Amino acid sequence: MSEHLLEVKNLKEYFSVRNGVGKTLPLKAVDDVSFTIEKGETLGLVGESGCGKTTVGRTILRLYKPTGGQVLFKGEEVNDKNIGHMRKKMQMVFQDPYSSLDPRMTVEDIIGEPLDVHKLYANRKERRDKILELMSFVGLNAEHATRYAHEFSGGQRQRIGIARALAVNPEFIVCDEPVSALDVSIQAQVINMFEELQEKLGVAYLFIAHDLLVVHHISKRIAVMYLGKIVEIADADELNEQPIHPYTQSLLSAVPIPDPDVTRSRKRIVLEGDVPSPLNMPSGCPFRTRCRYATEQCAKEMPTLTDRGNGHQVACWNK
Amino acid sequence: MEKNTNQLPKKSILSAQIDLSKFSPATEDEKKQQDVMSESTTFFKDGMRKLFKNPLAVLSIVLLCIILLTIIVAPMVVPYGYSEMLSIEGKRDKTAKNLPPFTYSENEQEYIAQGNKRFPHIFGTDDLCRDYFIRVIYGTRISLLVGFFASIIVLIIGLLYGSISGYLGGKVDLIMMRIVDIIYSLPDMLIIILLSVVLNEALKFPTGTIFAQLGTNMISIFIVFGLLYWVSMARLIRGQILSIKENEYILAAKSIGAKPSRIIRKHIIPNCLSVIIISTALQIPSAIFTESYLSFVGLGVKVPMPSLGSLANAAREGLQSYPYKLVFPAIMICLIVLSLNLLGDGLRDAFDPKLKR
Repeated sequence: MSEHLLEVKNLKEYFSVRNGVGKTLPLKAVDDVSFTIEKGETLGLVGESGCGKTTVGRTILRLYKPTGGQVLFKGEEVNDKNIGHMRKKMQMVFQDPYSSLDPRMTVEDIIGEPLDVHKLYANRKERRDKILELMSFVGLNAEHATRYAHEFSGGQRQRIGIARALAVNPEFIVCDEPVSALDVSIQAQVINMFEELQEKLGVAYLFIAHDLLVVHHISKRIAVMYLGKIVEIADADELNEQPIHPYTQSLLSAVPIPDPDVTRSRKRIVLEGDVPSPLNMPSGCPFRTRCRYATEQCAKEMPTLTDRGNGHQVACWNK
Repeated sequence: MEKNTNQLPKKSILSAQIDLSKFSPATEDEKKQQDVMSESTTFFKDGMRKLFKNPLAVLSIVLLCIILLTIIVAPMVVPYGYSEMLSIEGKRDKTAKNLPPFTYSENEQEYIAQGNKRFPHIFGTDDLCRDYFIRVIYGTRISLLVGFFASIIVLIIGLLYGSISGYLGGKVDLIMMRIVDIIYSLPDMLIIILLSVVLNEALKFPTGTIFAQLGTNMISIFIVFGLLYWVSMARLIRGQILSIKENEYILAAKSIGAKPSRIIRKHIIPNCLSVIIISTALQIPSAIFTESYLSFVGLGVKVPMPSLGSLANAAREGLQSYPYKLVFPAIMICLIVLSLNLLGDGLRDAFDPKLKR
């Protein structure tokens, strides 16, 4: 049996939300999500705001306690007991480089914190050497070590965040929209850096983003989420060329193409209506309220992810 | 074809274009000089360095040091006691009543004329023939003592209560904050008056101890501070911790695997330190004010022990004839409160890295 680096099985994360009358309702942020990530591979995770992408990432790292399901890392279940030790293998890069770095700490201390927590050095000198090595790894100069995070630009701050995640030599990093807070030219730099690091260190990523182009560029496979459920997983190129799920199709049709001729000639699939409230999910397939192909069957039953060949999995009743 | 960037197209005479041939590329050494290197400092050292760059803060530190030094040294130098009525060679000097600053009474002038030395009455004397300078000094001692101790009581209780409430959150927070609301709504003045009446009966301090000298009113002020005034501090710290707790860097620390104790120590406390420092620094003058105010209405220290408030109150009676008796304690209160306020401001600026130096 081949062992996956990370296997997520039927992961569920429900939050309870109190409504005005004092009743608590379950908010199904992540509902029955399963996927696998291989060693050194990048899985892109896309979806619109509020569909549960970030929650998936955080639940894998057990920053939230999952309501149901399992996360297996190298075949070992991640639970409360071994999470301390697991955090040496799994790390996270956060979305907002402005709030994810402690304003009271110097860069040296921020990057050194994982080393301190896991006691990965013998003396001060070794700690400093490791930090400087990490800094040069992500393209920061040694003299930046004594500065505070607010003295840096967004891109540099994100590099600090990445260096912090790399400090423990993880095998898997959850990248929670690491580039969405940066402007486009810096995005390219940071993404190229992610790719270089993967080549050098063989680290696997779960790359969460809402920009399809970015995800397509960096990922080997892409998973599309809608309202807490994965609706399609496929090879990046295949998903881009032959999307099957109507939601993926409409997402791809909205990707801007920097060519006026193509843009004019192509048909944009505009979705009608709004995303349903996750507190009041439609029956059956969550996408049916906005789907052009919705049938009666869609309202009755939730389609499961089924393989349509080549590992292209889709959750849709339409053939 | 390679373009030579240093070679510009022929320049017209009127053009304002810069002639690049006049510039030469910087050498590695010159580039190094442009690198701003700052030496590695701890958070505390860095804050202190910034604090000493602030002239107002330095001024207030100097002022506070002078006041502290005076109240420590003056009672050793001045040969009069705060409750001692002036006397010459064991005989009470009844002429030394309500003297203006730097004057001697008739008896003293005679005494000096005989060739003896007499220490000057720097601030004059009061209506009971006591040296006013030493009374103001002792009053300052009492006021500062009350200020510091009351703020320390407030800080300890407020910090513990607020951080527990803020960090745990949820139901614990809800219950703890309702208790705070109840305490907040109690009238503090009434409690002080009631407590000093009750404590007068309940507490019997052995004479000669510092407690007996301060009197039960003073003890009840401390108790009231301990019971009532910590609530605003607790609320402030709870609010700070609640907002800091939600920051992504706390989540980042968790994802690294940091334990809650480390998160509180390394992330939460340093980030609300500036608020704690400033509110403690500002709590001292407010405690001094409260004490002065209570002494002024007659609920403060027990006579003959002076405090700045009770001195001001005593001076009120003879305000027309002896205005300086009000001026000295009033100036002292102003100086202490002002310098503590400025110091608090300076500390906040110094310890907030987002405020640029």
